[in-house]
Amino acid sequence: MTEYIFYFLSFVSVLTALLVISARNPVHSVLYLILCFFSIAGHYILLNAQFLAIVHIIVYSGAIMVLFLFVVMLLNMNAESEPKKPMFAKLSAVIAGGSLFLVIVTALKKAEMVPVISPAESEIGLVKNLGKVLFNDFLLPFEITSVLFLSAMVGAVLLGKKELD
Amino acid sequence: MLELFTPELLDKSILILVLFLVTLGIAAYSTYFERKVAAFMQDRIGPDRAGPFGILQPLADGGKMFFKEEIMPNASDKLLFILGPSIFMVTSLMTGVVIPWGKDLEMFGRTITLQIADINIGILYVFGVVSLGVYGIMIGGWASNNKYALLGAVRASSQMISYELAMGLSVVAILMFTGSLSMKDIVESQSGSILNWNIFAQPLGFLIFLICAFAECNRTPFDLPECESELVGGYHTEYSSMKLGLFLFAEYINMFISSAVISCLYFGGYNFPFMDMVSNPLLLTVLSVASLFSKIFFFIFFFMWIRWTIPRFRYDQLMRLGWQVLLPLAIFNILLTGGFMTLKDYLKF
Repeated sequence: MTEYIFYFLSFVSVLTALLVISARNPVHSVLYLILCFFSIAGHYILLNAQFLAIVHIIVYSGAIMVLFLFVVMLLNMNAESEPKKPMFAKLSAVIAGGSLFLVIVTALKKAEMVPVISPAESEIGLVKNLGKVLFNDFLLPFEITSVLFLSAMVGAVLLGKKELD
Repeated sequence: MLELFTPELLDKSILILVLFLVTLGIAAYSTYFERKVAAFMQDRIGPDRAGPFGILQPLADGGKMFFKEEIMPNASDKLLFILGPSIFMVTSLMTGVVIPWGKDLEMFGRTITLQIADINIGILYVFGVVSLGVYGIMIGGWASNNKYALLGAVRASSQMISYELAMGLSVVAILMFTGSLSMKDIVESQSGSILNWNIFAQPLGFLIFLICAFAECNRTPFDLPECESELVGGYHTEYSSMKLGLFLFAEYINMFISSAVISCLYFGGYNFPFMDMVSNPLLLTVLSVASLFSKIFFFIFFFMWIRWTIPRFRYDQLMRLGWQVLLPLAIFNILLTGGFMTLKDYLKF
């Protein structure tokens, strides 16, 4: 049962990821990306990481993608108004993407297979265990990350203010 | 291999069906009561033609909606135009599954939990689903290919995102002393005396949550997205027939669900005073469900009461209230709760 769900979710995430880059309309692209995020959240649930799944949905699908959608909708980008790109740019994009693909394939080929942990037994993804790990073992990195986020936020506000004056 | 057909599955299926019908029924009759309350406040009679006291009015309205002409704008994105109201409706119906509707029901020698899913991230699930409701509005507004609809959609979603922050932070204070995200645990922690209800521990948090709930439901005084004088009909300007009906209907469902969440978080959910004096388990279950629903009905009335009393905000006032008043207040409330908890530990009382 879980296996079939896994294959279904993987199929959906790969398909929607491909559709993100092949869709002509930017709004459709964003919507496919949201679907892709959903299938990834489904994978987290299969791994019994409910907290990670719901945070993934709230933060990525619920907040960040809405802002993406805002920008794309308000810019009113259409398939017709899309500028024609020169051949050179297309060629360099293919080469750059291809070499990244090559690196990933070689890295995956060298990777060792890790014995599979039964997801039902590992309860690391539940709120309680995750909180204990974060606040006991990784307290310093966790707090430093929050300071990093705060500084990013202050920076964003500052940049936004500058344009107003 | 998972066993698929267990008695639990049957219980849950029946429960889902009942919840679905009850939600639709309450949402339908909320439209009737909205008009009756408005009429009462404006010294009118309100709908009284369909059936005794106009009690069949929702059916008449629904029938009318179904038989109206379906108009699809020429320049619209057809698929997304249909998808918009569907997403809005589905997400508003999804929220009810984590709410504990009453004490366990003991029937046919088995214990049936009156909650569809007690997942351990309960309240976060509600926030997750609510944040998805935004897509219904945005997709619908954009797909209409109409300036007013797009502006209404942008207003609605930026309003919902802004108020979600303060709402989430006000709930964090409750989670701090409950120590669980599960709705069932939050409700159970408020059992016993009426003074255990979270409203007495979190008056400020409750106020923030209530205001944010109004904004999330797009209800007056925060119904800027459908501000007639500026935006025609807001995000549903181009919609007609039952698609428009779904948008309006989903709003009433949202109102019902947020009343249920408010009752569960701050007013003890299905708990009622002198609960331990009821010994008959069946009676206890019935009374607990009745107690939750009476709280819900009060809050639905409260939503209507506010709507017909307070005028609409201006958009900049709305944003200022959300970001510069409610958000700092919610953070202050968390600090206050944390300080109080530390003091309590320190003094050991």
